[in-house]
Amino acid sequence: MTEPRPLRVVIVDDEAPARSRLRDLLADCADELALAVVGEAANGRAAIELVAAARVDVVLLDVRMPEMDGIEVARHLQKLERPPAVVFATAYDEFAIRAFEVHAIDYLLKPIRLTRLKEALARARSAPPRPGVLNEIARAPRTHLSAQERGKVHLIPMAEVLYLKAELKYVTVRTALREHLIEEPLTQLEEEFGERFVRMHRNCLVARAAVRGFERVMQDGEAHWEVLLNGVEERIAVSRRQQHVVREFGKT
Amino acid sequence: MARSINQNAYAGALPNFRNLGIMLRILVIVNMTAAAAAIVKSPDLLAGWRQFIEISALVEPLLILSLLVLATLSSVLRRIPYWAAVVVVLAVELALATALYLAGRILLGDEPSSLERYWALVALTTVALLAYFNLRERALSPALSEARLQALQARIRPHFLFNSINAVLSLIRKEPQRAEATLEDMADLFRVLMADNRELTSLTREIELCRQYLGIEQLRLGERLQVDWQLDAMPRDALVPPLVLQPLLENAVYHGIEPRSEPGTISVHVYAERDELHAVLRNPYREASDHHAGNRMALANIRERLALHFDAEATLATKVADDIFQVRIVMPYIKSREP
Repeated sequence: MTEPRPLRVVIVDDEAPARSRLRDLLADCADELALAVVGEAANGRAAIELVAAARVDVVLLDVRMPEMDGIEVARHLQKLERPPAVVFATAYDEFAIRAFEVHAIDYLLKPIRLTRLKEALARARSAPPRPGVLNEIARAPRTHLSAQERGKVHLIPMAEVLYLKAELKYVTVRTALREHLIEEPLTQLEEEFGERFVRMHRNCLVARAAVRGFERVMQDGEAHWEVLLNGVEERIAVSRRQQHVVREFGKT
Repeated sequence: MARSINQNAYAGALPNFRNLGIMLRILVIVNMTAAAAAIVKSPDLLAGWRQFIEISALVEPLLILSLLVLATLSSVLRRIPYWAAVVVVLAVELALATALYLAGRILLGDEPSSLERYWALVALTTVALLAYFNLRERALSPALSEARLQALQARIRPHFLFNSINAVLSLIRKEPQRAEATLEDMADLFRVLMADNRELTSLTREIELCRQYLGIEQLRLGERLQVDWQLDAMPRDALVPPLVLQPLLENAVYHGIEPRSEPGTISVHVYAERDELHAVLRNPYREASDHHAGNRMALANIRERLALHFDAEATLATKVADDIFQVRIVMPYIKSREP
């Protein structure tokens, strides 16, 4: 019988002592379980970049982290071409723990016990990631969108997004600097980020903060409104059905 | 009510006449009684109002004079047995009433009703007030406030406990000595958290506890946690309720430092001004944090304990400005007797 190839593990925690402790524990596991620590990350962004760049089987992921919490990190990881298995770790977070229990998601309680860690790793190897569930247990909209381009992951902070425009199979995410393509339905994005955006057209959501003004334009003998945006010259047409948006903006 | 919450438990004791809350209560109750008397004596509310003003002219001088005299005598009154103190207060009130009655006769020359009638009214009001304060003291004292305080103090954030244990575990293999020191600090902290905390404690001890607590957090957070101590004007002999600052620092770390990946500073400024002790804590603050409920609970907890110790003489105020969350506590500056 051949040795199974080693399990490739990444550690994600914002606190250095917690990462060092996990490293120690993983070293202790090594006698029974072939594994290799591929890397460590102190925040969500670094974790996603690390996992996208290397082949990773399991991510040990702290739930409570600054900027981007563990659940959001896991949601972005799921979108990768080869999504790794995720094992959450938390010291004390009633909401997360309840959500994990309800959806039968494996998690580790900190301080982590060696035996529990072994179990979780053994299980992670066989259990495929379960898409969808994480979206349900997320407590807040994501802080970033993730777009993949030629094997690289771009994390786009929501605050920088000017508009989202549906085109065929993709949604274009426009920032002041460039465009990204993501594969998520516009309706789902509207559901998640509804407070931040306003629908200007059947296929377009514009960030409220990005609206600079409106202009009345004549086209083919018909008048309609266009949205002027902060930071880009481009304009977005307001559809006839969404004309009321212009009035609502005028009031505020 | 100065040193501890229930020192004046069962036998009953006079209220602290120097306490603003007690004074306010006396003012309100006596004036309400006067208003009730005015209404009883009058056919309609307008006449009642005139009557109230007349009564006030008689009541207010005595009331204010009494408050002054009792505030002066307060420390003496609290040293003698309760029943003796009650007799002293009654005697003082009757003497003041007599003095005012005579002064009124000489200065204004009016001929009010008999002196005995005044005595009876003054004696009745005084006894009623003392009975009220006695009952109030009993209600706030032992059983109730004890149980409440214990419950309040039992609210240690589990988040902190488990994270600290985790941090110590990470040290044991590589830095055993640091792990030992951290466990010692944790033991100190939990000893205080679990102690019977009804007596006031020294401010220096509370600050020391805060340092130990922040030391433990520093272990986890490293350079993300910066602390700016402004203690040059801190009186070293002041007494404060135990755990009046530490939970606020815990809040500051949880809401101000942990949600940020860049370093943040918590500042602690303690100083005395006249007979007041001020403690001002600031931490970075970002909106859209989903932990407001916990924060308010800790603040309500401290507010309640300040009220149990100092009644209306202590305040806790919070404000948010320029991404900074600030808590300011003002309480009476009580000096410890042993230097």
